[in-house]
Amino acid sequence: MDEEKRKEIQLKRLQDTVKRAYENVPYYHRRFNELGIEPEDIEGLEDIKKLPFTTKQDLREAYPFGMFAVPDEDIIEVHTSSGTTGKPTVSGYTQKDIDLWSEVMARALTMAGAGRRDRIQNCYGYGLFTGGLGVHYGAQRIGATVIPISAGNTKRQIEIMQDFGTTILTCTPSYALYLAEVLQKENVKMDNLKLKAGVFGAEMWTEEMRDAIEERLGLTALNIYGLTEIIGPGVAMECQEKNGLHIFEDHFYPEIIDPETLKNLPPGKKGELVLTTLTREAMPIIRFRTRDITTLRKGECPCGRTLIRMDRITGRSDDMLKIRGVIVFPSQIEEALLKINGLEPHYQIVVTRPKYLDELEVQVEASPALFSDEVKHVEEVKKMIEEHLQREIGLRVNVTLVEPESLPRSEGKAIRVIDKRKF
Amino acid sequence: MKVKQISVFLENKKGRLKKAVHALAKANINIRALSIADTSEFGILRLMVPDPELAKKVLEENNFVVKLNDVIAVEVPDRPGGLDKILGILTRADMNVEYIYAFVEKKSEKAIVVIRTEDIDEGIKVLKEANVPLLSSEDISTL
Ligand SMILES: [Zn+2]
Repeated sequence: MDEEKRKEIQLKRLQDTVKRAYENVPYYHRRFNELGIEPEDIEGLEDIKKLPFTTKQDLREAYPFGMFAVPDEDIIEVHTSSGTTGKPTVSGYTQKDIDLWSEVMARALTMAGAGRRDRIQNCYGYGLFTGGLGVHYGAQRIGATVIPISAGNTKRQIEIMQDFGTTILTCTPSYALYLAEVLQKENVKMDNLKLKAGVFGAEMWTEEMRDAIEERLGLTALNIYGLTEIIGPGVAMECQEKNGLHIFEDHFYPEIIDPETLKNLPPGKKGELVLTTLTREAMPIIRFRTRDITTLRKGECPCGRTLIRMDRITGRSDDMLKIRGVIVFPSQIEEALLKINGLEPHYQIVVTRPKYLDELEVQVEASPALFSDEVKHVEEVKKMIEEHLQREIGLRVNVTLVEPESLPRSEGKAIRVIDKRKF
Repeated sequence: MKVKQISVFLENKKGRLKKAVHALAKANINIRALSIADTSEFGILRLMVPDPELAKKVLEENNFVVKLNDVIAVEVPDRPGGLDKILGILTRADMNVEYIYAFVEKKSEKAIVVIRTEDIDEGIKVLKEANVPLLSSEDISTL
């Protein structure tokens, strides 16, 4: 589909979504009034910038059914997204929404090579979590055989995988790695497996993990993205080119914003992904702040699709640090530190701004492997860590060695970062 | 003859030295000699104690990073020129000294000098050849 035609469809759908949200969801009605805007103000796609954001907190406050835009009798299914704090958020679906979900998931599974003859072993959890049923609906839409084994019971998973001749595996990437480990322990021969592709998502993962999974399971590992607030899995999916996830933008409109200024960023710039549903009936969501950090890529993909692509998620905007203009995540620092032998994975990040420039200090607990009786040697170790971190994250870092057990133990990410800058 | 020294990592924060020394005192460990190397960011506390293994265990139980390592301990007459003579020997042999510290032993009225050369074995050889009396671990523990 050419871009002009797609934009036309997107605009029509956006206008319809905005109108339905304004008329049927008290939250949006109030927000629009506060901002002095009306659905008619959306004359072009770029007018989306006039619309308010929706946050996870907004959805939580509407718990359980406050965001529904249709009468109760039209809702045929609900799912929830677990929160680390407080109430979960609820997503409601009409028959049309389930059809839409089936459609985008069928697209996603087809991109992984699924057809009517494939057997899809679906180890995502069935239940309120959207993973299990999302894959299930998509598989049925294609006409593939779905094995609704759900999560857990690894021994049984491995037995079924061999006996049924599973061709496509759907689960979290970390579970895929665990399966591979158990397969190896049980001495299962690769010849007994018929796996060709895996559709992995629901958590952050890396290219290194992809390589490991592909090598150990002998399949093509593809990345799927989605979130319950929007629909569930099936918002975006990687094609066989593995160079980003195609966003199904005829149903979900993506934007990238700077999470600090909330200003829109152009394609190619890294920032927070914001999604607007274009066709959801039960729960139209406008400019949902996903907190996921990614970059949008325009242009035709070698696979022939013109759908915009997003990079794999590299972090959460809640944890994001901007130091001297460079975006850094504690997870990047942690990953870099873990590559150093003998280093304890206990660290703390302190950001200061002594004059005009940000300074990044990483406190690391001293360990016998890092320590010696000579000052010269300890200073060399410190310099080695500093240079390693600078190579990995692209920023000059001051490393301070502190005594063991002196840093707070992980109780969530927040405690890892102390930002002393005054803005 | 090598003797064992323990080194302790100290953060440059108030009360850290006291915490280490206090832990040893509570375990009834008598510190024979002590030196601190200080940088702007951290310190290294070096100790001679009768039972280095025990001291290491006690400090580790108190969450300190501790290393045991070899040093050379020599006895020099407690009078001017004693240390100068030792350093002269090492310099002539082109030995790199990483650090050095001394303490006076009351009973014998001699000074004990702790030396860490870059190459401990070479340092011992050079000093032995110059007939400098080296102390053993037993000597240290009975001081
Ligand atoms: Zn593609």
